[in-house]
Amino acid sequence: MADGSIGLWTVPLAVLGGAIRVSTPFLFVSLGECITERSGRINLGLEGTLVMGAMSAYGISYLTGSPWLGVLAAGITGALLGALHAGICSLPRVNDVAVGIALMLFGTGLAFYLGKPLIEPTAPRLPAIDFGWWSDIPQVRAALRINVLFLIGVVLAPILYWAFRITRWGLLIRTAGESSDAARAMGHSVLLIRLRATMVGGFLAGIGGSFLSLFYPGSWNEGLSSGQGITAVALVIFARWDPLLCLWASLAFGGAAALGPALQSVGVTSGYHLFNAAPYILTLAIMIITCSPKRTLTGAPAELSITR
Amino acid sequence: MDFGRISRRHLLQGGAALTLGAAAGARPAFAAETTIGFIYVGSRDDYGYNQAHAQGAAALKKIPGLKVVEEEKVPETDAVEKTIESMINLDGATLLFPTSFGYYNPHMIKMATKYPKLRFEHCGGLWTDKDPKNAGSYFGYIDEAQYISGIVAGLTSKSGKLGFVAAKPIPQVLRNINAFTLGAKSVNPKATTQVIFTGDWSMPVKEAEATNSLIDQGVDVLTCHVDGPKTMVENAARRGAFVCGYHTNQSALAPKAYLTGAEWNWEALYPKFVKMIAAGEGIPNFYRGGLKEEIVKTSPYGEAVSAEARKAADEAKAKFLSAEGFAIFKGGLVDNKGKTVIPAGTDRGQKDPELEKMDYLVEGVIGATS
Repeated sequence: MADGSIGLWTVPLAVLGGAIRVSTPFLFVSLGECITERSGRINLGLEGTLVMGAMSAYGISYLTGSPWLGVLAAGITGALLGALHAGICSLPRVNDVAVGIALMLFGTGLAFYLGKPLIEPTAPRLPAIDFGWWSDIPQVRAALRINVLFLIGVVLAPILYWAFRITRWGLLIRTAGESSDAARAMGHSVLLIRLRATMVGGFLAGIGGSFLSLFYPGSWNEGLSSGQGITAVALVIFARWDPLLCLWASLAFGGAAALGPALQSVGVTSGYHLFNAAPYILTLAIMIITCSPKRTLTGAPAELSITR
Repeated sequence: MDFGRISRRHLLQGGAALTLGAAAGARPAFAAETTIGFIYVGSRDDYGYNQAHAQGAAALKKIPGLKVVEEEKVPETDAVEKTIESMINLDGATLLFPTSFGYYNPHMIKMATKYPKLRFEHCGGLWTDKDPKNAGSYFGYIDEAQYISGIVAGLTSKSGKLGFVAAKPIPQVLRNINAFTLGAKSVNPKATTQVIFTGDWSMPVKEAEATNSLIDQGVDVLTCHVDGPKTMVENAARRGAFVCGYHTNQSALAPKAYLTGAEWNWEALYPKFVKMIAAGEGIPNFYRGGLKEEIVKTSPYGEAVSAEARKAADEAKAKFLSAEGFAIFKGGLVDNKGKTVIPAGTDRGQKDPELEKMDYLVEGVIGATS
């Protein structure tokens, strides 16, 4: 169109763009949580890890001028928080869900405290790769400006899927998650496996946080996560602990998050609260459709405290 | 019964009430070491609404004899009553500033009734004769600054499509959207403002999505009414659109894209309040003002603002500053559903309380309040 508007095409384009832009934190947190839960532990603290990751990435990027160092710092922060969770949980009679909630509050609180001086400054952002070069429509080009972290996440999902099925360490994690006795009988330390799995999970969640502060929305403030970490943990359950399903679920969530604003922008203004709640309605719907009172969730690791 | 807790609390309250009563009785005006309490709904450093208030509080800290206590992230529930109680009983605050809209009724009213000797000043509420006399509400007509932003936006936009990222359809937000649109239409009658409501005061991902969707629709100048405009400003500037700021000056975030902005000027108002109390005259229960009263201000023009836009905006500013003032909402105003909301012949001046009950979007705004 002559005035540069693309009319109703905004909606599918925004959903596509949203699926790419908004999904990355969901993807990283859910893949990380997938690894942790497959080893037989739930880390609810990933919301705190996500926020700490976002803050430390922004801080390091601002101080050093290198956003990639920020991503690394976010990952390391996440891994340390994961180690803290696993360390506390390895003590006898400690409930991992309770520790997770404590760490969630600890992580967000610490991030807010340390992040106070970072709200005003602008840190260097992660670069985007222009995948829309073939199009001369600016809206399409904007939607297809994709960050490398998203691509890494997309590649990581099938790799994890494959790793859980074939590789030695993938099988070990699963053994620890399905039957800690079996893992112990094989001569492995279950606690050590879970420590590593939780640290890797935290590392990925931290990187998910760095995407929030360094790419999209692309700055540090205290409302940045607004519960995305918790949503991503829930997402693992409805993705049935399957990394590939985590990928699709994250994309669906990202797209659904873009639906509310996009519909308003083309003039569908009634009931925007409902459209803004689309991701949550989606979760509820999928949960209701797939749950059954007669059996435990398919694919749930047997050692998880919620299924045991 | 939980005696331990209750007796301690009551002891503290009783003791504090006694001292306060004695102090208030002995001293007609504020003397040395007055404690003032500030309560914020969000983070004090949000680069937006709460930071603007915190800057006002910081201006008070510089005045000798004043002690400022602050608490941030207090929800608009009975949590604010507990905060007020503890500021009064533990810190000895005698003047309180609960700064968020939802604190007013019933929470602050309840506290003002309970502590009739103390002074409560609320930002944004609508004080009426039925409310306690020791409570007051103040607010700035920031829509005047939004009107000027609208003029600059209307003359800068090439497509004539402006965008507004808004939190919730409450009167203050709608008034800003409408003033911005009327400002734009005063210089470009064809201009439209597309509004997107995100649903809450701080939703960075939704704000970013809203910004992108608006720009996809051809919008090339954006402004907002959310707690922290940083997300909108940065994301819009990245997409090559122009922005008008809100709450505070965000030009440092996007020097090339920042046109102007509507800012609070609490650091001028709060010291004025303290002077009024010290002089013994007290703060009027219903205190309002705009550009003329220096409660709001506009950001300095950015480099992208044309000479023509500067001139038009300066002229409008002069009208607001003039003795007779300037009514943004004039008679014959039609909303975007075609209904006449202000009958012809009755201009609604800025101080008209009807405007603080606004529930419509004017003609030229694309969007709906529900």
